[in-house]
Amino acid sequence: MAEKPQISSNTTSANFSSLPVILLLGLFSLPLLVMYAYLFIDTISDTEAGSLIPNEFTLRHWSFLWETKAGKPNIWLVTLNTFIFASCITGVILTVSSMAGYVLSRLNVPARGFFLAGVMVLHAFPSVTLIIAIFIVLQWIGLYNSLIGVILVKAAVELPLGIWLMKGFYDTVPWEIEMAGTVDGASRFTVWRRLVLPQIKPAVMALGLFSFLTGWSEFIMPQVLAPGAKVQVLSVYLAGLIIDDNNFDFGTFKAVGVFYVVPVLILYVFFQKHLMNIYGGGTKG
Amino acid sequence: MRILLDKFSKSFGSTKVIEDMDLEVGSGEMLALLGPSGCGKSTTLFAVCGIHRPTSGRIMFGDRDVTHLPSQERNVGVVFQSYALYPHMTVEENIGFPLMVKRVASADIRKQVADIAALVHIEDLLGRRPAQLSGGQQQRVALARALIRRPDVLLLDEPLANLDAKLRLEMRSEIRRLQKETGITAILVTHDQVEAMSMCDRIAIMKSGEIIQIATPSQMYNDPRTSFVASFLGNPPISFLKGQAHQGAFVLGGSGLRLPLATLAGIPDGTALSLGVRPEHFGTAGGVPVEGKVVFAETQGRENLYDVVLPDGSVLRSIQPVRDDVKPGDSVRWNLDSASTFVFAEDGQRL
Repeated sequence: MAEKPQISSNTTSANFSSLPVILLLGLFSLPLLVMYAYLFIDTISDTEAGSLIPNEFTLRHWSFLWETKAGKPNIWLVTLNTFIFASCITGVILTVSSMAGYVLSRLNVPARGFFLAGVMVLHAFPSVTLIIAIFIVLQWIGLYNSLIGVILVKAAVELPLGIWLMKGFYDTVPWEIEMAGTVDGASRFTVWRRLVLPQIKPAVMALGLFSFLTGWSEFIMPQVLAPGAKVQVLSVYLAGLIIDDNNFDFGTFKAVGVFYVVPVLILYVFFQKHLMNIYGGGTKG
Repeated sequence: MRILLDKFSKSFGSTKVIEDMDLEVGSGEMLALLGPSGCGKSTTLFAVCGIHRPTSGRIMFGDRDVTHLPSQERNVGVVFQSYALYPHMTVEENIGFPLMVKRVASADIRKQVADIAALVHIEDLLGRRPAQLSGGQQQRVALARALIRRPDVLLLDEPLANLDAKLRLEMRSEIRRLQKETGITAILVTHDQVEAMSMCDRIAIMKSGEIIQIATPSQMYNDPRTSFVASFLGNPPISFLKGQAHQGAFVLGGSGLRLPLATLAGIPDGTALSLGVRPEHFGTAGGVPVEGKVVFAETQGRENLYDVVLPDGSVLRSIQPVRDDVKPGDSVRWNLDSASTFVFAEDGQRL
């Protein structure tokens, strides 16, 4: 069969040269590239004041990896905390929103419209304004300065978005699949677990990744609700470095920054396809 | 297994879809629910399989009252119009799903899936996913999945609507073959009279939530109860002439056409009537000559179809063996077989 010429975003169309575009984009991206390059170069070198060219190689700035600084928590404990924090948020968000989304999309719940509107309002609500109230509540129930407390709060704040997204994806799954499942003898839970949930797997992946990244980069809540040395996360640790006027060390600050961003980059490399799903909307069968 | 609907009613909110419907499907019988879209035929089907709860009335399978049973416990097999195959599973997993839910041992499932796959001729497709199958193959998978539990009842919701014409013909006889081989009681929902007539033992024709007539295909074709039934069956469709009763004959106003009919004895003069003439009963045999002008001719290969306008403006269709001597514009004088016509009163009831 003869292929018809078609316009596709994947192939270079022949009617204009892409070279000028690449040159232009390269030019505009150059400042960004320089910034990233220096972010890294500065962590492994020393530069004299006022100069741009580094004059000596050093691993001094990375020493936080093998020696704990005075008055600072151990970096590996902090990393572990961040990991636990982000993973638990992901777990809670995925579990709750995949179930709640299904219920809102498919089951006959009383006051569904009100509930959906409420979830939307919660999503639009700036959570920072609640932080003092949450602080008091956590202190009352004894979860202040604990990972559990801040995990619950952060997951709750992120849930409305997750529920809405999941509901939207469930809405695209054809009803017939569910009808077929029930007449095949499956309970409603089995239908959800074995038939419907697999249809929206890409969305679940995307939401999971999204939640993990949100958790990984969250700063204000751990800073206010769990600042203690044992429960610190990387963002709080990083902030602690720069507000410490006595041992001001810009190189270390940058090194921790690089250390902080590397897992995110790795995740992006492996999962960016899934992450795009959440913005593309809809599953690909 | 016999299916019985007893005073079955279904409404959605304040909209009454079906009221007090009685329907009985004999054991091993295949019944068609035929009607235009929105007549409630799919609603009836979904009530039988338990997806819709009846508003009132009873549904019986054999001697078992299943009205309040959830669909999981009814043991029905359903083939949906869109097939509703599970896209993330292979064909084998799709067919085996009803057994897997019942926690049948996996070796057993394999064996039964292989058996049923052989029955519907898809043995070599078991490893594929639904997206890799053609429409006809998906249809067979859906049938196999519906049959594997050995259901008491097989329900088919417009199963052929998504197939192309040639496959439709093939699957029509295929479904009928499976139904006969398994001896299962089946209900077919369709809006296509050809499907209903060719596949089913009996047809229940529905209109706005009511069953108008239940009969075998040939009975229904030859003895329609209302003008709606007459117009729904037959391709090309029946044509109607509007006229009046006059001294035991049907008189078409304006053209002087007069058809003495035995059925009209005792009908008062001047009663408005409608005469149904099937295309095969005009232009071939019969004793009443009718004059008109051919306005449309279409050849179907073996037969030709003509539209003939009578002097009063009404149109009669005629289907006859291929001939070359008649062209649009020609005046013709063809015979009408008055004994094979149907007379309907103004409200559509057959006289």
